Amino acid sequence: METVTLTIKNQPDLFLEADTITPDAFAGKKIEEIADLHVYVGREQHRLGDFFEISGKAGATPEETKIVVNGDLSRVKYIGMKMTAGEVVVNGNADMYVGAWMQGGKITVNGDVDAFAGTGMKGGELIIKGNAGNYLGAAYRGDWRGMQAGTITVTGNAGSDIGTFMNGGEIVIGGDVDVHVATHAEGGRIIIKGNAKSRLGGQMVEGEIYVLGSIDLMMPGFAYREDVDVDVDGIKGRFALYEGDLGERHRKRKGQTIYAKLYQRIEA
Amino acid sequence: MAEYLIKNGFVFDPVLGIKGDKADVAIKNGKIVETTALGSPKVIDAAGKTVMAGGVDIHAHVAGPKVNIGRNFRPEDKLFGYKARSGIERMQGGFSVPTTIRTGYNYARMGYTTVMEAAMPPLYARHTHEEMRDTPILDQGAYPVFGNNWFVLEYLKNHEIENAAAYIAWLLRATKGYAVKVVNPGGTEAWGWGLNCENIHDPVPYFDITPAQIVKGLIEANEHLGLPHSMHVHANNLGNPGNYTTTLDTFKLSEGIKPNSKFGRDQVMHHTHVQFHSYGGDSWVNVESKAKEIMDYVNSHENITIDMGQVTLDETTTMTADGPFEHHLTELNHLKWANADVELETGSGVVPYVYSPNIKVCAIQWAIGLELALFAKDPMRIFITTDHPNAGPFIRYPRVIKWLMSTEAREQQFDAFKHKDKVIDATNLAGIDRELNLYEIAQMTRAGPAKALGLAHMYGGLAPGLEADVAVYDFNPNEPYAPDEIETAFLNAEHLFKTGVQVVRDHNIASNGNKRTLWVNAKVDENPQVMRDVREKFLRYYTVTLNNYEVTGHYLPNPYVIEVDATE
Repeated sequence: METVTLTIKNQPDLFLEADTITPDAFAGKKIEEIADLHVYVGREQHRLGDFFEISGKAGATPEETKIVVNGDLSRVKYIGMKMTAGEVVVNGNADMYVGAWMQGGKITVNGDVDAFAGTGMKGGELIIKGNAGNYLGAAYRGDWRGMQAGTITVTGNAGSDIGTFMNGGEIVIGGDVDVHVATHAEGGRIIIKGNAKSRLGGQMVEGEIYVLGSIDLMMPGFAYREDVDVDVDGIKGRFALYEGDLGERHRKRKGQTIYAKLYQRIEA
Repeated sequence: MAEYLIKNGFVFDPVLGIKGDKADVAIKNGKIVETTALGSPKVIDAAGKTVMAGGVDIHAHVAGPKVNIGRNFRPEDKLFGYKARSGIERMQGGFSVPTTIRTGYNYARMGYTTVMEAAMPPLYARHTHEEMRDTPILDQGAYPVFGNNWFVLEYLKNHEIENAAAYIAWLLRATKGYAVKVVNPGGTEAWGWGLNCENIHDPVPYFDITPAQIVKGLIEANEHLGLPHSMHVHANNLGNPGNYTTTLDTFKLSEGIKPNSKFGRDQVMHHTHVQFHSYGGDSWVNVESKAKEIMDYVNSHENITIDMGQVTLDETTTMTADGPFEHHLTELNHLKWANADVELETGSGVVPYVYSPNIKVCAIQWAIGLELALFAKDPMRIFITTDHPNAGPFIRYPRVIKWLMSTEAREQQFDAFKHKDKVIDATNLAGIDRELNLYEIAQMTRAGPAKALGLAHMYGGLAPGLEADVAVYDFNPNEPYAPDEIETAFLNAEHLFKTGVQVVRDHNIASNGNKRTLWVNAKVDENPQVMRDVREKFLRYYTVTLNNYEVTGHYLPNPYVIEVDATE
């Protein structure tokens, strides 16, 4: 695998929309060609090379291309957007839409990300070693197609509205989350190792939420069913199982109504 | 104004009866003229290319409150689709519910010059006109909806045709409307009670009138006035298996009624998006095509015109004044739903919809639309539409043309269906080898709709005296071509003239044109009763006063008034 290294040299006055920082866009290009890729600041078009020092070499295909981005990227949006393969390593904090609509490959962020990371994600692996913002693995505004597949792992905390309209895949949060988890979800799994606040699973149709810590306030649409033993993805223990959202439509399988499931740990 | 001579193109013009012969088209002062009338024209070399009049769309939802609800509640429809301002082109966005700017440009790129907004809620006529005003290039008009209007229901319940006609004339003037539109007659009003009218004899709650009385009464009132266009109906029971009988029942309401119009139309009923109204079976499991039965009727009755409502197999946004239908749809697909009630007049709903080639019903719908056109004996009475954006975005018209002109293209689509065999079993299309020619396409997209709208004196052809709306496509009908080349050519007109102004040059937007808004001013004898009813209803029920209702001058900076004298 070949590596291209980007180091931010000029901070944008506003925000940089850099959806061209992907193995797909870089693959098969010379360094000069990569520097010529378009980025936007507001409505103005610029070159990627206007903002980054670029070195190294891109692979022939996205699979063979690794991108390392260094510096303060807290004004850089869309890193790894729609990528299908290869690898991106972000050494610093990144702005919104990291790995949005990604289909494959791997993104590792050694820092925090702002909102909408993994929006509409269809595959691949998104690893955030710091904290994530709101709308992690959610759907784009108005869309009903949130995260479909792939995995998102956050070491720290996440904001609100994670997994909105989630249909598949897995989100694991090492720390705490803010309100609204898996709203409208129709599939997938969210594991919260820390504490949650309220409004978990509102209008949720199918899918699973695991909370290892506390929940401030349970949705009235979730009913306690029973205590169960859980052994999923390295999560072991005795959990209280709730089902919901009772106010939503639910399909039936063999005469049984399929509900979304919310597990809260009672003891490890 | 500049003079143009479009030389040596292969011309397809049903008005002059030219079927692909080489001919020259001359433009002067915004009109088509004889070539001898030109002085020193700018010459456009159209050798090896197809030349037609500008396209005329008889039914599309392109302006007004429900279109804007679609834009507002579908930000995902605009995602990745923006185009920045560039040169003369203003910023554009959206796919199934594009911005007004993109609407104008994309129609122009397809060689269309006239587009009718198919459903204007009278109360929101101002909004509709504001959006039409902001849509560049195109000549437009809007059809106010009448089929669930309290005035109409009350007058027609007692068969007061003259009063209904006087009200129609007043409302057309107040809203600067073009024609009498009817959407799910009585059903949308019933929706206010949580009910619907599922057939033409299903009574409307409270008003105690049937859809049949509404439709027949509005046809009679329309002919009493002698309006340019006929009554334009979206019948009851849209989109339901087995609904073709309701459609035939609706057609039959026109029997024995002759057109009374000096605008040259032959029909008294235009039934829109008939694809949605041609289903057999009694459930989504056994739904099947009844296009043959529908077209047998249409083919043998001269006083009816229809448009297709062709499903294009896209992700789109459905929107209609048929409020109960949109609720039905959101229950089916569980996607977001907007619903609106428009006081005494109508209602509406909006729901996104994905017509997937992997879903059997969507593929059957696709086949039914094409069957309607391919079973048609007279292409002057069936028009290409997608009921934009309901069955698909208008930007797919060139694809519909491709399917109509090429069995190969249809076979390719059949092969792409997940349930190909089931779709073939439920439809007739696989057994139809008819391929329409460009002359028939010109009838279905130009001359036919222009005539049905009562606008044959302006649009739809290339005869001297008509508006100089002329499209040149980079398509040589005399050379062998792949089906996709049809779509590419009709999606990218090489040149387009609108009222003599070149709005597309070398495939690019060259001018924002000089758009006009058409409306019908029907003069009737004074009718004190109707005017008293109007004042009373505004006083008692409307949330606005008459002064805040009427569409006044600045909403139509460039109006084109069609005068109708219906006084005794």
